Amino acid sequence: MPDQFIIELQAVNKWFGAFQALRNIDLKVARGEKIVVCGPSGSGKSTMIRVINRLEAHQSGRVLVDGTELTGDLRAIETIRSEVGMVFQQFNLFPHLTALENLTLAPIWVRRMPRREAEALALQLLERVRIPEQAHKYPAQLSGGQQQRVAIARALAMRPKIMLFDEPTSALDPEMIKEVLDVMVELAREGMTMVVVTHEMGFARTVADRVCFMDAGEIVETAPPAQFFGAPRTGRAKLFLSQILGH
Amino acid sequence: MSWLRANLFSSWPNAIVTLLALWLLWRVLPPFVDWAFLDAIWSAPDSKACRAAKGEGACWAFIAEKHRFILFGTYPYEEHWRPALCILVMLALYAVSALRRFWRPRLVLFWLAGLAAVGVLMWGGVFGLGYVENERWGGLMLTLLLATFGIAFAFPLAIPLALGRRSQLPVVRGFCVGYIELIRGVPLISLLFMASVMLPLFLPAGVTIDKLLRAQIAMILFAAAYLAEVVRGGLQAIPHGQVEAADALGLSYWKKTALVVLPQALRIAIPPLVNTFIAFFKDTSLVLIIGLFDLLTSIKVSLQEPAWAGFGVEAYIFASLVYFVFCFTMSRYSQGLERDLSGQLRLGAKAGALRDA
Repeated sequence: MPDQFIIELQAVNKWFGAFQALRNIDLKVARGEKIVVCGPSGSGKSTMIRVINRLEAHQSGRVLVDGTELTGDLRAIETIRSEVGMVFQQFNLFPHLTALENLTLAPIWVRRMPRREAEALALQLLERVRIPEQAHKYPAQLSGGQQQRVAIARALAMRPKIMLFDEPTSALDPEMIKEVLDVMVELAREGMTMVVVTHEMGFARTVADRVCFMDAGEIVETAPPAQFFGAPRTGRAKLFLSQILGH
Repeated sequence: MSWLRANLFSSWPNAIVTLLALWLLWRVLPPFVDWAFLDAIWSAPDSKACRAAKGEGACWAFIAEKHRFILFGTYPYEEHWRPALCILVMLALYAVSALRRFWRPRLVLFWLAGLAAVGVLMWGGVFGLGYVENERWGGLMLTLLLATFGIAFAFPLAIPLALGRRSQLPVVRGFCVGYIELIRGVPLISLLFMASVMLPLFLPAGVTIDKLLRAQIAMILFAAAYLAEVVRGGLQAIPHGQVEAADALGLSYWKKTALVVLPQALRIAIPPLVNTFIAFFKDTSLVLIIGLFDLLTSIKVSLQEPAWAGFGVEAYIFASLVYFVFCFTMSRYSQGLERDLSGQLRLGAKAGALRDA
């Protein structure tokens, strides 16, 4: 039943020059599943999720997203990207466009959605991330938490089948983390397939179906959160957990 | 008083420099004001009055006498309304382009229409307008024409050159790098010489391109290379995250470039762009060496008339003033724009820096 898995990584390797960023990664994500990826910095977490929408190209192994294999074929890549939403650590909103225009850009130009329809959808999404009143502001006029919520809404505006989150709360002030996590929890409840790189272990406990622990470019351990936090199997995971939960 | 002390007399050396500067101004300014304004001759039927006052007062009558020639060169006298209208059309193009409200794709159409109108008015031969060969175009009109058409064509050329220089396709990148470096490595004067002297040698017999067009093409090619580097500077200032965000949404290369990268890059590049425009506007005066009649040439030629020979100071002050008005306007505009736009982009950058800290 291959169609059950919306993302499949098979023996994926990736090098940056001499440095091996990903080693034999195997990961299958089922439709509607929520995966939290954690691990020390430089362990390849970001690289792994960036391979899923080919912001990084893998050098060996296979990557299948929604039944399409990612190769050098540009068309296929653009199609996959339009169906995989991504949220970045640094938000990466377009500073020359208002919040609303950030949301309508891709639906209008990639999906060829009529402007009016795109704007209606955008307003509805801004409502959903609880900032409809900021629609006509520029990113620079918004707080970090608001910007990140606009960024989530921007990704959702393409009606993606998968959402990738690359440390979405790491660049935020502590008091803004909750408002972003709340939106993500809600999204998870609605059944979105999510792969989230984060150190927010509370989020992992409540939302994740599986936690995927990476170190030195490998997936060291994959387990349901209760098992991963309660009784990690590997020494490396134990060490990592003691470091981030220890204080 | 405290301002004086703080800014002009803050220390002994400062005080001495201030006093010295004041003394120099007192020696230079009153005589200049006398010469340029109080004792100046503003109008005169011929140059006799000016000759009598030579050395005491400026002869602005010379400018008054020759202003038609300085503005329009040897364009037929009774048709002067045509180049005059062209100047207005070009000024209107500048004014509209300066307003951010009009920064829409439609601005391109507006420019095409404006440039076409200028071409029709100057050449004539249609709509009952008499044909005027471009040998007779000249003066301020020609300077504006060279600058306007130069920038209007060089700018669209510069953008693909700048993008091409960052391309991952080796052939495209090689061509763009080669072109930009080749043109930048050669002074404009030699390009103009090549265009006016060498180009005809290479063309097959019977094919001729007229002198003005050759010079204009040389200037466009020259300006495009410089503008391309300015645009590239803007492109380099765009954080990679912007490109990734556009990629992640599934935007193709061209859509990403047109909708996300260029709008930001060009805004960042506005001050150096205007700087290049200013330099280019003044560089048009180099066409003097290949015998085209721009503002500076027409002033020089005016001085060759025996009756008015010898009033070079007035003539060149006037020329400087004209260039200054245009360049200073551009400069002020760019400063104002920079302030306005800082509300969006610069603030964004600052907020980012604060977050990262």
